[in-house]
Amino acid sequence: MSAGYEVEVDWPEYRSTEWRAPKRPLVTLPEELLALDGPVFGEDCLQPSDNDLTRQHGGEPIGERILVHGRVLDEDGRPLRGTLIEIWQANAGGRYRHEVDRHPAPLDPNFSGAGRCLTDGDGRYSFTTIKPGAYPWRNHENAWRPAHIHFSVFGRVFAQRLVTQMYFPGDPLFPYDPIFNAVREPAARELLVARFDLAATAPEWALAFEWDIVMRRTPVEDP
Amino acid sequence: MRTPSQTVGPYYSIGLCRRSESELDPDGVELVGTLFDGHGEPIPDGVIEVWDTAGRRWGRCGTHPAGSFSFRVPREASRLEVYVFARGLLRHQWTRVYLSEEQDELLASLPPADRETLVAAHEDGRMRFDIRMQGDRATVFFAH
Repeated sequence: MSAGYEVEVDWPEYRSTEWRAPKRPLVTLPEELLALDGPVFGEDCLQPSDNDLTRQHGGEPIGERILVHGRVLDEDGRPLRGTLIEIWQANAGGRYRHEVDRHPAPLDPNFSGAGRCLTDGDGRYSFTTIKPGAYPWRNHENAWRPAHIHFSVFGRVFAQRLVTQMYFPGDPLFPYDPIFNAVREPAARELLVARFDLAATAPEWALAFEWDIVMRRTPVEDP
Repeated sequence: MRTPSQTVGPYYSIGLCRRSESELDPDGVELVGTLFDGHGEPIPDGVIEVWDTAGRRWGRCGTHPAGSFSFRVPREASRLEVYVFARGLLRHQWTRVYLSEEQDELLASLPPADRETLVAAHEDGRMRFDIRMQGDRATVFFAH
């Protein structure tokens, strides 16, 4: 682990790590390999409703409509422009549209739970969606995941690739969730929690949450 | 401070596998493999990303119920960077597959048994690269 604030990969409280997380020390490669350019995605990978998960079907999904927005930045505060963000989530009842999900909560015919967008010139992104529900899982007795949205971000260099989860402020399930708590440093865990954003709320329409994503430092380009 | 990683979980295909992205080169060679856990059991809910840095071609493939994945990769590529994501992986793991006989400094620096974990095998006109998360023949992963 390169830094103390990263997630603990071999974390027994999250049982699936036991036979999956590498047990041997990782091999360190020369720094310049971390700076290799990563893949670039363009507008051609987007469809019009991709960043509005409430408009992907004939009707509107059930649930609390929300706006989720923020910026993708590097550790130096520089925006990452034109980077692809992919999200996926459970519906308002805590059920994923996935064959493996056996939680007996209803599927919503008007909600697929997937979106994507590219960040703009200031590194900004925004999604319209519904607030996902908490749901039970089988990690331990009476285990529940706090409500979350999965985020996948590419970044500009290969080593900036990040897949993570965004949580909602004040969730009472935080102390009990081994995935959230695999990030040992409290200040780092806070970076996974969105901020309620009254100013960005759409009056009479949707609440808003702001969540910035901070990636590894971008290597400085040659002048 | 940077945003920590979290697992892709078991339902990533909703967001990450909405289209087929496993062909880096339609005329390329088939690269197949299986992702194994520490019991030697296939991992049916992993996702593999490959990145051809020289040719700037990228691909992604979710593992099938038998833990298998398959790509079509450029014949001229000598190696690909590989990212492994799965339920149970709180952070993705980085490895590399070598597709030709050509050895580089990194490969040469590894003990022979470790070196073997990164070199694809020829198999009936295609290439095979199995990924083992743990065990005696565990794939070499890199710090990142």
